[in-house]
Amino acid sequence: MSDLAWIFISALLVNNFTLYYFLGLCPFFGVSSKVSVAVRLGLATIFVMIITSLAATFLTTFILPHAPYLKLISFIIVIASTVQFVEMVIKKLSPTLFRAMGIFLPLITTNCAILFLALTQTSKDYTLVQGLVFALGAGGGFTIALALMAGLREEGELSKVPNMVKGTALNMIIAGLLSLAFMGFAGLFSS
Amino acid sequence: MSSQKNLSEEFLKGIWKENPVFIQVLGMCPMLAVTNTAVNAIAMGVATAFVLIGSSFLVSLLRKVIAKPVRISTYIVIIATFVTVADYSIEAFSPALHRELGAFIALIVVNCLILGRQEAYASKNTIRYSLADAAGMSVGFAFALFCLGATREILGFGTFFGSPLFGEHFEPWVIMALPPGGFLMLGFVLLFFNWIEQRKKGVTA
Repeated sequence: MSDLAWIFISALLVNNFTLYYFLGLCPFFGVSSKVSVAVRLGLATIFVMIITSLAATFLTTFILPHAPYLKLISFIIVIASTVQFVEMVIKKLSPTLFRAMGIFLPLITTNCAILFLALTQTSKDYTLVQGLVFALGAGGGFTIALALMAGLREEGELSKVPNMVKGTALNMIIAGLLSLAFMGFAGLFSS
Repeated sequence: MSSQKNLSEEFLKGIWKENPVFIQVLGMCPMLAVTNTAVNAIAMGVATAFVLIGSSFLVSLLRKVIAKPVRISTYIVIIATFVTVADYSIEAFSPALHRELGAFIALIVVNCLILGRQEAYASKNTIRYSLADAAGMSVGFAFALFCLGATREILGFGTFFGSPLFGEHFEPWVIMALPPGGFLMLGFVLLFFNWIEQRKKGVTA
């Protein structure tokens, strides 16, 4: 049980996918201008991560022992189809949200956090439950980072910033400071 | 369209004018994750170049055969194939490097730079131009990786390609080699580029 908690907290905070491993940076900078959209994209990502985690466990147990070289290709196909599915569901349920997310919804496919999740889970030999907890933690961590970033950027909109710093440069530096703050969590497990 | 000058222009634009990292801000995940030393940065640059050039060639070759609705999936499968080749080759030639770069070789598959070039360029142009474009983008990407990797290695470890630069009194600026340093460094580099742009505008205006 404590093992599961460790996996969860570690993926959520200490080894935060976005701020520690630099994964999923494209949506992190692309969709983080409004908190509400950011949180929903985070939820969609969590969903894709959970499905991917299930599929990865299945693939590594039944298929990959026979054809290890298919690992990357099979993972990416699973991810691409799940994203396609989520896209269709969101388009049907909430066209507004669909438009707000724009290109970044199909781009969840190329969100490296998801592929990294599948690969890490395989290399660490997680069981089905461990994999699910890991996916939940990692997705939660991504959502937290995205929401924090969006919150900071909403504040930043109101303040006067020199023209030169506006845009990506400022976002990078904000992300750097966030990442610095998250490093503080590393102390959680040292003792 | 078919003059020699054009071909070289396609190549050169990737290095400076449309530099994938500094101008288009693409492919940042590997960019930040593996650039804590210059050697890692170069290895990553070479691996990405191999995948980008290979898949651009294949996509451009098959551009009339690939059906529109499934094109993205097709590109991804082509890219994944090349990445698998690169992954296994690096593991065979240099296990140490493979351990150092870890999962990030596999993650070349989801480097948005590569998929972006297929969609925006290779699927619409002939093989010659696609190769020139891919080569230019690869050089530009590797150049950016190297800049960032070298700076972070010098500041973070006080070394360059593993050999110490400063005397023994140098106190390494550790944060530069750690994750936040990546964000901060790239932020400052982008700031520098903005500054140059503004200066240029100031002169002309």
